Amino acid sequence: MADTKVSDGDVLVIGGGISGLTTAVEAAEVGCRVILVEKEPSLGGRVARNNKYYTKLCPPSCGLEINFKRIKKNPNIQCLTLSEVEAISGGEGNYEVTIRINPRYVNENCTACGKCAEVCVTEIPNEFNLGMDKIRAAYLPHPMAFPMRYVIAPEIIGTEEVKKCLDACKYNAIDLDMKQETVKVKVGAVVVATGWNPYDAAKIDNLGFGKCRNVITNVMMERLASPSGPTKGRIVRPSDGKEVKTVIFAQCAGSRDENHLAYCSGVCCLASLKQATYVREQYPDAKATIFYIDVRALGNYEDFYTKVAGDENISLIKGKVARVEEDPTTADVVVEAEDTLTGDKIKARADMLVLATGMVPSAPGGNIAVTYDEFGFVVSDPSIRGIYGVGCARRPTGVAQSVQDATGAALKAMQSMVRR
Amino acid sequence: MDKKVGVYICTGCEIGESLDVPALSKVATSEYKVPICKNNPMLCGKEGSSLITADMEKEGVNTVVIAACSPREKTDVFTYDPTSVCMERVNLREHVVWCHPSQDEDTQMLAGDYLRMGIIKAQKMAPLEPFSEQIDKTILVVGGGITGMTSALEAAKAGYDVVLVEKAPELGGWMKRLWKQYPKSPPYLELQPTGVDEKIKEVMSHTKIKVYTGAKIEKTKGAPGLFDVTISQNGKSETIRVGAIVEAAGWQPYDATKLDSLGFGKYANVVTGIMVEEMAAKGKFTRPSDGKEAKSVAFIQCAGSRDKDHLPYCSSYCCLASLKQAKYIRDKDSDAKVYILYKDIRTVGQYEIFYKKVQEDPGIFLTKGEIAGISEDAEKNLVIDVDNTLLGGKIQVKAEMVVLATGMVPAAGIEMKAAIPEEAEKTCEEKKEEGKDLPADTIIPSDILNLEYRQGPEPPALRYGFPDSHYICFPYETRRTGIYAAGCVRQPMDSAACMDDAGGAAFKAIQCVELTAQGKAVHPRAGDMSYPELYMSRCTQCKRCTEECPFGAYNEDEKGNPLPNPTRCRRCGICMGSCPERIISFKDYSVDIMGSMVKAIEVPEEDEEKPRIVAFLCENDAYPAMDIAGRKRLSYNPYVRVIPLRCLGNVNLVWIADALGKGIDGVLLIGCKYGDDYQCHFIKGSELANYRMEKIKETLDRLRLESERIRILELSLDEYDKLPGIFDDFLEKIEELGPNPYKGF
Repeated sequence: MADTKVSDGDVLVIGGGISGLTTAVEAAEVGCRVILVEKEPSLGGRVARNNKYYTKLCPPSCGLEINFKRIKKNPNIQCLTLSEVEAISGGEGNYEVTIRINPRYVNENCTACGKCAEVCVTEIPNEFNLGMDKIRAAYLPHPMAFPMRYVIAPEIIGTEEVKKCLDACKYNAIDLDMKQETVKVKVGAVVVATGWNPYDAAKIDNLGFGKCRNVITNVMMERLASPSGPTKGRIVRPSDGKEVKTVIFAQCAGSRDENHLAYCSGVCCLASLKQATYVREQYPDAKATIFYIDVRALGNYEDFYTKVAGDENISLIKGKVARVEEDPTTADVVVEAEDTLTGDKIKARADMLVLATGMVPSAPGGNIAVTYDEFGFVVSDPSIRGIYGVGCARRPTGVAQSVQDATGAALKAMQSMVRR
Repeated sequence: MDKKVGVYICTGCEIGESLDVPALSKVATSEYKVPICKNNPMLCGKEGSSLITADMEKEGVNTVVIAACSPREKTDVFTYDPTSVCMERVNLREHVVWCHPSQDEDTQMLAGDYLRMGIIKAQKMAPLEPFSEQIDKTILVVGGGITGMTSALEAAKAGYDVVLVEKAPELGGWMKRLWKQYPKSPPYLELQPTGVDEKIKEVMSHTKIKVYTGAKIEKTKGAPGLFDVTISQNGKSETIRVGAIVEAAGWQPYDATKLDSLGFGKYANVVTGIMVEEMAAKGKFTRPSDGKEAKSVAFIQCAGSRDKDHLPYCSSYCCLASLKQAKYIRDKDSDAKVYILYKDIRTVGQYEIFYKKVQEDPGIFLTKGEIAGISEDAEKNLVIDVDNTLLGGKIQVKAEMVVLATGMVPAAGIEMKAAIPEEAEKTCEEKKEEGKDLPADTIIPSDILNLEYRQGPEPPALRYGFPDSHYICFPYETRRTGIYAAGCVRQPMDSAACMDDAGGAAFKAIQCVELTAQGKAVHPRAGDMSYPELYMSRCTQCKRCTEECPFGAYNEDEKGNPLPNPTRCRRCGICMGSCPERIISFKDYSVDIMGSMVKAIEVPEEDEEKPRIVAFLCENDAYPAMDIAGRKRLSYNPYVRVIPLRCLGNVNLVWIADALGKGIDGVLLIGCKYGDDYQCHFIKGSELANYRMEKIKETLDRLRLESERIRILELSLDEYDKLPGIFDDFLEKIEELGPNPYKGF
């Protein structure tokens, strides 16, 4: 096969989540040539995995659709998926970037007809659904995937099965000779939009994740509630598929905790308020309880908090969950907490417990010349020109602020080009 | 341009197996006399696509109909220069063969109709001629606070000329009145200088920035690229031309005198946060009543904010500001006691580290609680009754001074003059009389931009006076093209967020002038070179286009004729739907083109028992949802013919009349959610469509048809699984009503 051709650009954007995507599209629309590097097979990152945005309760796919449409119209963007930046050298105006491109085994001929998947039987964990279900090893990451192109998982490479996929494809789109390759390109500015990972809930001993079957995390809840998720949007318990009629949310699961993440993750309060509405909408008689330290709904988001708090089936209790156990007979989750306002000890039982786990910045890797704070967030240092952190790589934040940030980063990158 | 049409049918992805392609080709060649009609098993492949380009080069084909997959796919292959080629795509894959039975009469008829619609559209389209005028790329920044100064500097550093207008005699805004700022950089523990003086110096000395202080904007005329802004300063007026505007007019503290229940104005020693900054600068936290240094200070948080009687929203910065001021006081006097009475402490992200540090100070007491009352004792100390505290129940806090953490009111939300034009008011009255309930935009005459726009002097407010629009996906966008809001005028935010915001808004302004210079639309149809043209001799001065354009693109002359401003236009086409005379057209999209698509549908005779439904779908959400339904192979009845629209607000009532007059049995309209949390990319499109459909009853009555033959629905992109049900339920209703009696007319 031919090596992937990547031309030099003006701006390198590392990460194709909402921040990186926004920087790329915005910069390209003023004429900058952008190289967008994403490690997953499709763009959209965490946002693509969300069911709805707070506080409008609209689907992120709508916002992604418009961004994808802008990319499709714009020849200034080179989009590299399954790719990672290995190294960056040089300085503002003149960086040399080494990018590793992993094989997709499917080329641009792919029409996304799905014939390869029809003949594939091997199943692999579905990363898009955070491993909550399985997907065939010849797959489209999700129905809104961009690029709209299948992937052959390395698991079946070299097997008889992949030959069936090859035979099923009428368009010469499967290329089993694809190898990992490394390309070098020159750019003038770099935007680090590497985003975040959820804090590992298993590290929080007292909250029962990994021990109680019906304790899940907030990111898992998004997939459960999503029409493209493992349950097609039905919010049910992992243990037995039972409808979730009572749900408890434990806020600051890991965040604002010196033993875990000392900072506040910024989005979890609103995310849990939003997720409480998912459950309430699906099951009109369901009850939700949210244990919090402070409810942080800034600006106009307060309206949403007021609205959700006004639902008589949703209770908000200032207090921290101390202990979580599973009732061995019913698989219910039994939670012990203290109401900090009354001093009362509370014992509550629910079908499911959702841990509002926080954000951990995901390191961009490579030897990128940026400064990180003690938590791993990129510090905005005005003395560093040419490389700019954006979105959750900079600080824990929501979509609106990431988009805002990403637009500003496009200007910073443009300035680097002016100085070139 | 002489048009030569080429129709290219892809037979891959099951299209060839499902359909009788030769029969389909006949639709093109026999019915429409298309000179070139070819098919290929992989039209998106090299061979397939070069088939098309070769015909363009050798045969002079300049109008291309591609009948293959969804127009959302393979755009890299099927993109042609819209100034010389007319192209239309027919979705045979997702909308026909993937969700309807193979080798079936009805599936074939569906494909045939889609091809007819595609050909007629391509035939009627004209190549685009971008609107071009010599434009100015100067960026005007209104407001010289931290946001405005940052916007000005960032735009200037990108090489643009900037004009900065500040109403105060000097730059700096509120930031200049702060003594220090809370920690913004690691290790997030120490107070920092505000840096505002350095910033002012940088702005003043930048060669690309022209600063007007003590100045105001008398009026703003024109449109992006062509704004004529009259600035008055020292009694003199000057008019300059600019390309785009950053509105960084900032905020005012909530008027503490309205908070009499908290004792401001009543008790001498109740002060506001800004007063504490002044004290900090002087180095003494002295009580107004007697000048004595306060040994105990209580902060009352959310003074006015998060209060339905005052500001319902959270002002975002006050928690951190009070924590900072508590530290001022404690750093100055280690014996002083500070109390902070709050609802929630909102220190997000790394700011939590500073909060934690303040909490560790034994002289600072923080408690959640509700303020039940405040009174003054003989020594003019304040006694605060606090309910529902963390200490269990009621407590009383006595302090020598009380600080109210007052919230932020956007400058755009403060009515400065009664400047709503009479014309607009009259229109509102007329609307009331006519019993229409189309909600009018909230335009607050805040004396910031003083737009000479027919729709009012300032950008409309979304909520509480903030001139935002889509605050999640499209920050900075006001509802006036080329005007981008930044900082606290847009949303309550702290100075760090303001500085980020400033860069983003400056960038959007730059993007606007660059796209406008090329005759292209800005977000969300960025790059679109079409724009509306008006056939004025048929205009009846009904003013609907000027009233209904969500972006205020039209002005009006004295006679009520619309005056279009193409560079203000977002190309949504909502005016096309509003015009009863159908005089508004884009070269590639018009009432006639879309109406002709409706008329191209073949309506079988009544006895064939094949009903026909036309569905107008918003291309932003409902149409992609239908693609996903196709991808998921969801099946539904084959009687629906879908026409994608730029926005549901484009639907002109004549299309519905055309459809029903032709014997089509029902019309579906599917758009985005509207209301407070609207999802319409053009803000009011789907809402307007709903409002207009209420008026369709007259048309139906005239035709003696049942109103149930029209159905209008909202659909989000992720509700693709609901589409088959929507189509089939509607069909059921239509079958219940029986065939349209106009069939065969």
